[in-house]
Amino acid sequence: MLKEYMGIISLNEDDSHIKSLTSSRPLAAIPIFGRYRIIDFVLSNMVNAGITNIGIYTQDKSRSLLHHLQSGKPWDLNRKINGLFLFNFNFSDIKTNDIYLLKDNIDYLYRSKQNSIIFSSSNMICNIDYKKAIEYHEKEGSDVTIIYKKVHNSECSFTNCSILNLSSDNKVISIGKNIGVNPICNISMDMFIMKKELLLDIIKECISTGNYKSIKHCLYSNNLNLNIKGYPFNGYLECVNSSNSYYKINMDMLNQKISRELFFGTGLIYTKGQDAPPTKYAEGSAVSNSLIANGCIIEGSVKNSIISRRVVVGKGAKLDGCIILQNCEIRENAKLARVIMDKNVVIEKNKELKGDIQFPVVIEKNSYCYSLAKHA
Amino acid sequence: MVVMQMLKKQILAMVLAGGQGTRLKVLTMNNAKPAVPFGGKYRIIDFTLSNCSNSGIDTIGVLTQYQPHILNAHIGIGTPWDLDRNSGGVTILPPHIRNDGGNWYMGTADAIFQNINFIDRYEPEYILVLSGDHIYKMDYSQMLKFHKKKNSDVTIAVIDIPMEEANRFGIMNSDESNKIFEFEEKPQNPKSNKASMGIYIFNWKILKKFLIEDSRDENSCHDFGKNIIPKLLISGYDLYAFPYKGYWKDVGTIESLWEANMDLLNPENELNIHDRDWKIYSVTPTLPPQYIGSKAKVFNSLIVEGCSILGTVNNSILFPGVQVGENSIIEDSVIMSNTKIGNDVVIKKSIIGSDTIVRSNSIIGNSKDITVIGDYEEVKINCTIK
Repeated sequence: MLKEYMGIISLNEDDSHIKSLTSSRPLAAIPIFGRYRIIDFVLSNMVNAGITNIGIYTQDKSRSLLHHLQSGKPWDLNRKINGLFLFNFNFSDIKTNDIYLLKDNIDYLYRSKQNSIIFSSSNMICNIDYKKAIEYHEKEGSDVTIIYKKVHNSECSFTNCSILNLSSDNKVISIGKNIGVNPICNISMDMFIMKKELLLDIIKECISTGNYKSIKHCLYSNNLNLNIKGYPFNGYLECVNSSNSYYKINMDMLNQKISRELFFGTGLIYTKGQDAPPTKYAEGSAVSNSLIANGCIIEGSVKNSIISRRVVVGKGAKLDGCIILQNCEIRENAKLARVIMDKNVVIEKNKELKGDIQFPVVIEKNSYCYSLAKHA
Repeated sequence: MVVMQMLKKQILAMVLAGGQGTRLKVLTMNNAKPAVPFGGKYRIIDFTLSNCSNSGIDTIGVLTQYQPHILNAHIGIGTPWDLDRNSGGVTILPPHIRNDGGNWYMGTADAIFQNINFIDRYEPEYILVLSGDHIYKMDYSQMLKFHKKKNSDVTIAVIDIPMEEANRFGIMNSDESNKIFEFEEKPQNPKSNKASMGIYIFNWKILKKFLIEDSRDENSCHDFGKNIIPKLLISGYDLYAFPYKGYWKDVGTIESLWEANMDLLNPENELNIHDRDWKIYSVTPTLPPQYIGSKAKVFNSLIVEGCSILGTVNNSILFPGVQVGENSIIEDSVIMSNTKIGNDVVIKKSIIGSDTIVRSNSIIGNSKDITVIGDYEEVKINCTIK
């Protein structure tokens, strides 16, 4: 069945509320949960459903994404037949547009042998069984199936995500935007199942009329009078679209029930390995309720935190509620609370930084933080 | 026109990985010694293969014989060590039959002899012979440089060992220029403390000649240390000792395997596995980062991805996917992949194999001798094993 399907990942997400982590990378390449990048989830979900032909459309600043994906080997996508296709030489004025990216690489769609498509972006983090969604799509015989989740927390999560208003038989009546009016609503996961023919028609429509900026925009306006249905997903779902949501979703992984579902649910989540050695916990370390990746050396105290690979926490340093990305070094007696620290940051001895759950401190990549004592 | 593929290589490594390692008992019951798990995420052979890769050697034959399935699956096409190459790469070489019959590898030299055709395909000038069951980091390119500089026929890596242990090793007696004038296998009264590490560089033409001669000698054990090296020395070839300094361990016994693991926990250990300039590569499992629970206590330990620690872990090494339940205490122990430990368990000075289940309230180990439990075992509830 899934021989008939190909995957398209359009990385046209709006990153305007998470700029401090996307200044040097696309949103899809933000490191998350200590060892993954955001794109690992949608890629692994597609691969676990048996999809072997996946096209990724990215825009500028794609270096770190390309470095992460390389030949697609960790996802078993380094194939002779099908495999991973990257369209990284695109540039459009507005990030959320993707019509011209698809059009400029239209040959890929024509040449692919599959006649159906799962179209997705990357920032909806979940472990989903696409096979079930496809079964539903084929059974209902609709033109497009949009995957959604009925959530109860839309006033604090999924800000600015699309909302589906559904009829009793799950037909999409209208599509709106979540501005936190009603906490219970159907959040669109921006994942669409449709025939390739239809996608080609949509691209033609968009270009010839000039009315739409993206596939999403065109589908959600639905001036084509398509029969669109919603497929409900019931598992764990969060959307990374702001520094706040990034902080919250990382902290969710300290809940063993959620992390078990996300990492071992329908299938495993694959990522690029780094051959980091085991993490060393020194004699005087104190670690509790934390997720820690390989290659770290921990001599200080770490609480309620997510620590990525090859991070060094010096003696007497104290971390609470922090998200520390790769290769950071937190030197002796530094005290950090609720800090998101991008890669390669060095925090000098005795430095103190304190954020808040609503407003975590975000430190950009490659920063070097002197201790204040040095300036005094 | 037939275009011949360029196969010629300057140096080829042959890794001896057929050993059973009987003294490792249950750990090598279904597994060859080079594939015994070590150090939280490695198998012993990872060190040799990573050394090759880091030294720029891209053509390697791995000689297997005893229980090779785990080893074969681990090596695969060599991707983790960057040895999946168009030309060269890693090749697994099990014993095979030929026109004239064929037989098992009868010794280290015989294993190489039986694969002369494999080696000749690459027309190498030098052959590096290695053991797949030693733990160390070494730049073989430095040894090759030394070999060429000395215009040597055979170069043997040697390490200084305590004089009182010299009677357990093959001892190389050499002059100030490192030229070997005498080789003594396990001498009663050793003249030096330079022990052979079982790492040899041979000029292939010379080695090939001696292997063929040795194969015809019915009284030979077909062993490098016992037969080939002494014969080369008597025949007047130039043998040099390449002095190695650093960590080196042959993990032949349960005690030495446990010690080598514990060595990694010593902050001053010479085998720095955190060195980014000499990474040790291995097969990476698909698992999330390790979770350390709210009441967990972890001291002086090495822990890897997929572990979930709710109890206390002290001075121990845990492999991927190990679960430690609440109020359990793990001390001075090595716990291999995917082993699940229930609540209120006490494990002291033990090696526990992979995929084993230790039910709640059990006690394992006596903190004096090393207790070993194999793979796929189940330790029942309230059980005591000492």
